[in-house]
Amino acid sequence: MTQPATAAQQEAPTSAAKSAGEQESSRRPGLRWDVRTLSLLGVLAVLVAVGGITAPDQFLATSNLQLVLTQASVIGVVTVGMTFVITSGGIDLSVGAMVALASVWATTVATQEFGFAGILFTAVIVGVGCGLVNGLLIAYGRMVPFIATLAMLASARGLALQITDGSTQVVTVPSVLDLGARDAYILGIPPLVLIFAAVTVIGWLLLNRTTFGRRTVAVGGNAEAARLAGIDVRRQRLYLYLLSGLCCGIAAFMLIVLSGSGQNTNGNLYELDAIAAAIIGGTLLSGGRGTIIGSVLGVLVFTTITNIFALNNLETAVQQIAKGAIIVAAVLVQRRSMRGGDA
Amino acid sequence: MAPQPPLLTMSGITKSFPGVRALDGVDLEVQAGEVHCLLGQNGAGKSTLIKVLAGAHQPDSGEITWRGERVTLGSPVAAMRLGIATIYQELDLIEGLSVAENVFLGHEPTSAGFVVRGSAARTATAELLKRLGHSEIDPTTLVGELSAAQQQIVSMARALSHEVRLIVMDEPSAALDPEEVDNLFRIVGDLTADGVAVIYISHRLEEIRRIGDRVTVLKEGRSVAGGLPAESTPTDEVVALMTGRNVEYVFPERPKGGFAEGREPVLKVEGLTRRGEFAPVDLELRPGEIVGLAGLVGSGRSEILETIYGARKPDGGRVLVDGTPLRPGSVRAAVRAGIGLAPEERKAQGLLMLESVSSNVSVSTLSRFARAGWLDRRAERAAAHQAVRELSLRPDNPDAAIRTLSGGNQQKAVLARWLLRGCKVLLLDEPTRGVDIGARAELYAVIRRLADEGLAVLLVSSEVPEVLGLADRVLVLREGSVVHTADARELDEHRVLDLVMEGSLTP
Repeated sequence: MTQPATAAQQEAPTSAAKSAGEQESSRRPGLRWDVRTLSLLGVLAVLVAVGGITAPDQFLATSNLQLVLTQASVIGVVTVGMTFVITSGGIDLSVGAMVALASVWATTVATQEFGFAGILFTAVIVGVGCGLVNGLLIAYGRMVPFIATLAMLASARGLALQITDGSTQVVTVPSVLDLGARDAYILGIPPLVLIFAAVTVIGWLLLNRTTFGRRTVAVGGNAEAARLAGIDVRRQRLYLYLLSGLCCGIAAFMLIVLSGSGQNTNGNLYELDAIAAAIIGGTLLSGGRGTIIGSVLGVLVFTTITNIFALNNLETAVQQIAKGAIIVAAVLVQRRSMRGGDA
Repeated sequence: MAPQPPLLTMSGITKSFPGVRALDGVDLEVQAGEVHCLLGQNGAGKSTLIKVLAGAHQPDSGEITWRGERVTLGSPVAAMRLGIATIYQELDLIEGLSVAENVFLGHEPTSAGFVVRGSAARTATAELLKRLGHSEIDPTTLVGELSAAQQQIVSMARALSHEVRLIVMDEPSAALDPEEVDNLFRIVGDLTADGVAVIYISHRLEEIRRIGDRVTVLKEGRSVAGGLPAESTPTDEVVALMTGRNVEYVFPERPKGGFAEGREPVLKVEGLTRRGEFAPVDLELRPGEIVGLAGLVGSGRSEILETIYGARKPDGGRVLVDGTPLRPGSVRAAVRAGIGLAPEERKAQGLLMLESVSSNVSVSTLSRFARAGWLDRRAERAAAHQAVRELSLRPDNPDAAIRTLSGGNQQKAVLARWLLRGCKVLLLDEPTRGVDIGARAELYAVIRRLADEGLAVLLVSSEVPEVLGLADRVLVLREGSVVHTADARELDEHRVLDLVMEGSLTP
């Protein structure tokens, strides 16, 4: 009997290893990915320039930049989870509702009795629980992700309203409030931004360096091929919605910290922002390709636009029109650059 | 060699899908180190059988014995653990992943159980590719950027990345050039010398003669003959077993007296070119004429067809229908002018796989059955039925789901679509790919009849006998240039192969 795989692995002559290393440096997909990222960085640079010109005193102030990053952090964490789901060919419309439900559940009087840990734990568990329901319905109930998460969107928001009865639940736990205070820094960085950074780094590693990430891309690229390759596609799908729920739980906690309260209107339209950020970042809506860095840049672009508009006292309506235009422009530009890359 | 139990025995395997009994009692016995060929028409159950063997389908009844022990292949992973690897016909690779990532998909070398050791995977992949004689494929390239033949190699590398005792190859040579096929056979030879068994599925009988040890023939879900010696069993006998009747490659007769001669060309192609794909091509097609493009994979055959059809934008030259130039790069213009295409990838490019035969046939003619946007479904169905009947498509039922049809009948549905539209020029890209021998003769007859009725046909096929047997005139392509044009009757397979490989006739 032959053992080709083990033989190939054991032999691994140094020359082959070296050539593999050389090949990596000339990796073409990497180059293309760089073009994409660079163009997003370019957009961000332009936006910063615009901000600096239109509102020179306010925009570039350290406090404002910290504010932008802090605002980006909450939606950014949601977007990281969304990126995984979209990469696998799915969609999660319930992220905003999950954030709302987790944030109100974690700020009920009963939960607040358990202090900091109680709030954090509840937020995360509620997010994961909703993700579990989504995942079970989609992976094992064979529901279309769009429908399953749409149902979750409706019911989670409904439940959030039920819990709060429409009122704002103010947080009275000092340690939570301290974390969100304007002068709370860890190593000079707002704690929420640190959480975002950690989630980003972990997300990037998970997508690019682990079997989990590889399977996510495979399921999104060709689910049947993935199944035939021996991947448990259903379980993978379940995990992905769990992951999205987990991110929403973390984001809910961050929102509690940021606002010092829990509201049933929290996370309104987060699903749209997260999907849009992932798409303009370069994740394929049809699945099979995803980029965490792109998603994070997408979030930063959006948050920066919102900030510039606010500083210039422009209406929300104008902001939203601009956002829509940017989504369209970004996708069109990417298409063109992709075609150029292929030719 | 001492008598050993067979490596694999499958007996009495049955498998039903809603409405179809795909396997109805199949027996198969494979010895270690042999090349066991599986023959059968499309729909005979070959694909279902290998999916059962791969653990992707669960049989309804029957026994599988592996190295003397009864086993259940409950999942693809279970089959792989035993050492059964499958190379599917529809390439099952993920385009957005690199070569190495595809090869080790599902069994990546890892640290701590989940962190992928990318360099180990790349090194091992490079080794496997080298062993397969394709060290030029870079393990870090995205699979989507590789040619079909290269993807085939990647599939094979993936199969070899497991500890295999049995490799199932489903029409591995379909996408390969002759040279590549030689390489494939060399690999198969190496494998069997190491004691690995190969189940080899192919429509090409000459390949089976070359490398096969034994043959099992499937017909309508049953194994009708098992373990025939591959070399000495006469072709007639094999074909008779497959079809239940004696069929050869039968080409319809060409009309006498040159039907097309003296008629004005309906399609004119002038200096059409696409950089990097094909050099300027000139070509005239008269009503009633079948013109064939012969050449290797990558010689620009399909690209020329797709450019005429407007699916690719030319860098130069033009296409005229009845003397009127078409807007370049516009499928709409081509279809309006009366050009129809039966694409190479029937399932991906030609058919709406979830729809009925009727919807597939009428899709290019919908406006004819619509009033102010409302579809007259009865008229649509009746017209589709008529077109389907003219091509003797089976089943004779426009409401049948297209995916339940065999390859030959699906192809007829594509032809019926253009027939219904009343097109003047029909472009056929590999019309008999995946179509079994019995159905081929019928398809040839249909194509010839359409030509006799005044259609101009441009045919692309990688099977030289098909081009020579069906076409009136043949253009031979080599690396994107037309190297020879001749009456099909003046050429033979040997000369064409000389032309496509050498670029000129050897004296």
